[in-house]
Amino acid sequence: MTEMVHGTIPVRGGEPVLPRWWRTIDRWSLACVLILFGIGLLLGLAASPPLAERNGLAPFHYVERQAIFGGAALIAIVLTSMMTPGLVRRLGVLGFLAAFAALALLPVLGTDFGKGAVRWYSLGFASLQPSEFLKPGFIVLAAWLMAANQEVAGPPGRFYSFVIMVIIVTFLAFQPDFGQSALILFAWGVMFFVGGAPINILIALATLVVFAGSFAYNNSEHFARRIDGFLRPEVDPNTQIGFATNAIQEGGFFGVGVGEGQVKWSLPDAHTDFIIAVAAEEYGLVLVLTIIALYATIVLRSLFRLIRERDPFIRLAGTGLACTFGVQAMINMGVAVRLLPAKGMTLPFVSYGGSSLIAAGITVGMLLAFTRTRPQGQIGDILINRGR
Amino acid sequence: MTRTPLRPLARILRAREEGDNPDAIERENLRRRHEAMRDKLRLRAEGRLLVLSLFFVSAFAMVGLRMGHLAASEPSEPRSASAGHFIATQRADILDRNGRILATNLLTHSLYAQPPQMIDKARAARELVAIFPDLDEQRLLRQFSGERKFIWIKRKISPEQMQQVHDIGDPGLMFGPREMRLYPNGRLAAHVLGGAGFGREGVHSAEIVGVAGVEKTFDEFLRDPANAGAPLQLSIDLTIQSAARPVLWGGMKLMNAKAASMVLMDAHTGEVISLVSLPDFDPNKRPAPPTSGQASDSPLFNHAVQGVYELGSTFKSFTAAQALEDGLAQVDTLIDTKGPLVWGRYKIRDSHRMPPKMSLADMIVKSSNVGSARVAQEIGAERQKDFLRNLGLLEPSPIELVEARSVRPLFPSNWSEISAMTISYGHGVSVSPLHLAAAYATLLNGGRKVSPTILRTARAEPGPRVLSPEVSIAMRGILRDVVRHGTATMGEVPGYNVAGKTGTADKPNPVGGYYEDRVISTFASAFPAENPRYVLVVTLDEPEETSGLEPRRTAGWTAVPVAAEIIRRTAPLLGLRPAIEPDLVNAVSLTSN
Repeated sequence: MTEMVHGTIPVRGGEPVLPRWWRTIDRWSLACVLILFGIGLLLGLAASPPLAERNGLAPFHYVERQAIFGGAALIAIVLTSMMTPGLVRRLGVLGFLAAFAALALLPVLGTDFGKGAVRWYSLGFASLQPSEFLKPGFIVLAAWLMAANQEVAGPPGRFYSFVIMVIIVTFLAFQPDFGQSALILFAWGVMFFVGGAPINILIALATLVVFAGSFAYNNSEHFARRIDGFLRPEVDPNTQIGFATNAIQEGGFFGVGVGEGQVKWSLPDAHTDFIIAVAAEEYGLVLVLTIIALYATIVLRSLFRLIRERDPFIRLAGTGLACTFGVQAMINMGVAVRLLPAKGMTLPFVSYGGSSLIAAGITVGMLLAFTRTRPQGQIGDILINRGR
Repeated sequence: MTRTPLRPLARILRAREEGDNPDAIERENLRRRHEAMRDKLRLRAEGRLLVLSLFFVSAFAMVGLRMGHLAASEPSEPRSASAGHFIATQRADILDRNGRILATNLLTHSLYAQPPQMIDKARAARELVAIFPDLDEQRLLRQFSGERKFIWIKRKISPEQMQQVHDIGDPGLMFGPREMRLYPNGRLAAHVLGGAGFGREGVHSAEIVGVAGVEKTFDEFLRDPANAGAPLQLSIDLTIQSAARPVLWGGMKLMNAKAASMVLMDAHTGEVISLVSLPDFDPNKRPAPPTSGQASDSPLFNHAVQGVYELGSTFKSFTAAQALEDGLAQVDTLIDTKGPLVWGRYKIRDSHRMPPKMSLADMIVKSSNVGSARVAQEIGAERQKDFLRNLGLLEPSPIELVEARSVRPLFPSNWSEISAMTISYGHGVSVSPLHLAAAYATLLNGGRKVSPTILRTARAEPGPRVLSPEVSIAMRGILRDVVRHGTATMGEVPGYNVAGKTGTADKPNPVGGYYEDRVISTFASAFPAENPRYVLVVTLDEPEETSGLEPRRTAGWTAVPVAAEIIRRTAPLLGLRPAIEPDLVNAVSLTSN
C-alpha cells in the first residue's frame, strides 16, 4: 500500500478554485457591476469637485477616495462570491449579529453629522453606516429561517424572521431612516412572497404596511414633509427635485457636454442621492438608459438563474439580495424623475460613499455566490421518477 | 388531494413477513412527501420569481420612459442655477405736482456677444465700431477672441442702432430687452431727481436702482411691486422750474458767479416748488463722481441742499424776531449802533458809517452788525441757540433727499457770548439755503414751524408755534421795508410786494480766516409781503458785478436782482394776482378794454 501511494500526485477534491469560480460565476452580472463602478468614477469626476471645493479639499479628493473604497469593494465582491453558500450563510448571520449590535449602540456612540438623524459611526478617516451592512446580513438570516420552515417538522422560521424584521424596522424608524426600513421591509416581503406565502396573508400584510405608512405620516414631521412635497402637483424649482428635473431636461438626449453641467453646483446631494441628475445633464439620456439597463441586467439575470435553483435557502437569499439591490437603484432614479417621493437612497456603486460602496460590494458578492452555476439534482430527478 | 399514508398497511405486513424493518418504508414515504412539498414550493417560487422579474422590467422601463420623457421636453424656463435671480423691472414713474412726468421708463435693448457663436469676428468688430464710434476695435477683437463666452457690448441701444447691428448679421451678436430710466426734461430738476443706474443685470432684464436724489430716497417705494405702478408725486412744479432755471443761469453768468442755487418753497406747507442748483447735469447721463478736487466743484453737488454756508446778514432777521418775541424790544426801540463794538480782543464794525442810534427796524433795513450784536448780548447765548434750534437751523434738514441726511449745520460746540454776537449777523453758523428758506417760511407765515418736503402733500395741520402771529406780522413789515428803501431796493417787483433780507458773507478760507474778495451773497425773500405764500432763497457763490468802476459783491447788487427777476417771472405762474396799488394808475389797467 505504502509504495503504491508514495510519490503519486495527491488527488484534489475537484477542479482548482479560480477556474471553477470563473466557470460558474455569472460573468455578465460581474461585468455590469464593474461597468457601473466605472460610470460611478466618471460621474464622480463631474459631481464631486463642488463638494470638495466647499470643504476646501483638492478637486478630485472624493474621486480618489471613491477609487480606494471601490478597490476594497471589488475585493469584497470577489472574495464573497468565492464562498460556498454554507459559508456565506454562516458569515452572513455572524455579520448580521455584529451589525445589529452596532445599530443598537448608535444612539450612544453614533453621530448625526449635523443632518438630524443618527445613522453613522465616525471612524476618523471614514464614516460607517451600520444599516448598510445590516441589510445583506438580515436577508441571509431571514432566508435561512424561512428555508428551515420548509423542512418537515422544521422551526417556525417565517414567524421568527417576521419578529426580527419588525424589531429592525422599529430601530431604523426611530433614527429616523425610513428609506432603509422600507428596504428591509421590502426585502422581507419579497422573500416571504417567493418563499410561498399564502395569498391572504400577503393581502393582510399589505394592509398593515398601508396602516403603518399612514401612522408614520401622521406622527413624523420628517416623513410627512417629504410625502407632501411629492404630492404637490407643481414642482418648486428651488428644491432638490426642481433642480434635478431641470437638469434632466437641460441634458436632453445627448447631454450638455462633459463638465458643462450646472446642477452639481446647486444640489448639495449631487454626488450621492442625485447623481443620476448629474449623469442626465452632462451625458444625456444615453448614459441614463445605459445605467438603467445595467441594473436591469444584474437583477433579471440573477432572478432567472434563481428560478432554476432548487435549494430553498439559496433561492430565497438570492431573491432578497437581488431585489433589494434593484429596488434601491430604482428608488434612487425614481426620486430624480419624480415617480417617487424624495428619499435619501444611494445609487449602488455609482453614488459616492465609502460604507455604502463596500456594503453594495458585499451584497453583490453574496448574490454572485448564490447565483453560481451548480448541479441542481436533475439526474436525481430522473432516477427518482424512474424508480416510482 | 389524496395523501399517501406514511405506513400503508399492506406494505408493512409484507415487510414484516419478509423480516424487513417497516420503519424504512415510513422514512421512504416521508422523504417522498417532503420532496413533493419542495417541488410544489419550487414551482410556486418559479412563478413568483417570474412575477418579480416582470415587476422589475416594468419598473425599470417606467423610470427609463420617464427619463426619456423629461429629456425630450424643453426646460420650462432658461435659468441660471443660482437661486434668487428674479429681477423686478417695473419702476414707478415720478411726476411733478401737476402730474407731468419727471422720470419714466423706456424699453430699449442691450447688446451682448457670445463669441463661440460668432462667424466673422473681425468683421463684426469693424462694423460695430462703425455704429458705435466710442468702441475700440482692437479691444473688441481681443475680447471676441478670448476665453470669455459672454461679453456686454452696450447696455442701452436705440432702435436704429439695433437695426444696424441686426444688419451686420452675425449670429453671435444678441439683444436683450432692457428697461432704462428716462428723464424727459433733461437738466431740469436734475438735483432733485438724482439719477438711476443698473443694479443686478441679467440677459433678459436689469434692475434699475436709484443712485441719488429722490430716486435713491424712494428706491424701495419705486421698486415695490405692491404699489402696482402708482407714481411718486413730487411738490416740484415743472413750469416754475423751467422758468426759474434760465434766469438763475443767466444771473450766475452775469454776476460771474461760480455756482448758484435757488429754493422756492410754499411758506405754509414747506413744499419745495422749485429747487435749482447750478452748475447742473443731465440725469440721463449722470457724470461720474469727482475723484479729485473739491466735491462742491462737481456739477453733482447740490448747492441748495449740500452746501452749508455762513449766510451772513440774513440771520439778523432771526435776531430781531427773537428780540420782539421775548419782549426785549419793540419795532421802534432804539438800539445803540455806535461802532466799533469791542468785546475782549474782538472788534465788531459795520461795512459803512451808520448813525449812532437806530430803531430795531432800521437796524435790519440798514443791516447793522453792531446793533445786531448788541441785541444778541441782550438775548444771551442759551436762548439764541434754543431759538435757532426751534427754527430747525441746527439739525439736518428733514427733506426727502438722500443728500440732505448727511448735511449737518455747523455751529460752535461752545456757544459763548462772542459766538452769540457773531451768529446774530450770520457768522459762526453754517446752514444750507434750504435751511434758510424753511426758517424764513416759519418766520413769516405767522410763526408756525415749517419742515421742508419734496413730496406733494395735502398736509393740513400746521407745525408747532415758534413765534407769535404779531411778531410774524411785524417782521413782514420790517422785511418789506428792506426792499422798499433798504439794502435790497433792486428786489422790488411791480405788483408783487417782496419782503426780504440780504446777506453778504465773506467765504471762509480753508487755510484760516476769511477771504477778502470772495463772498456768498444771499437774498432770502417772501412774497406777497402782506401775507407771504412763497419763500424764495437765492444764493450766488463768489459773484462779482463788474458794471461799475470796481467790482461789487454785496447781495444787493448780485443776488437781489436775480431773485427779483425770478419772482417777476414765476409769481404769475404760481397763480398770484398782482397787487393793484391805487396810486399807480398806469401799472395795471382795471378795466377790461
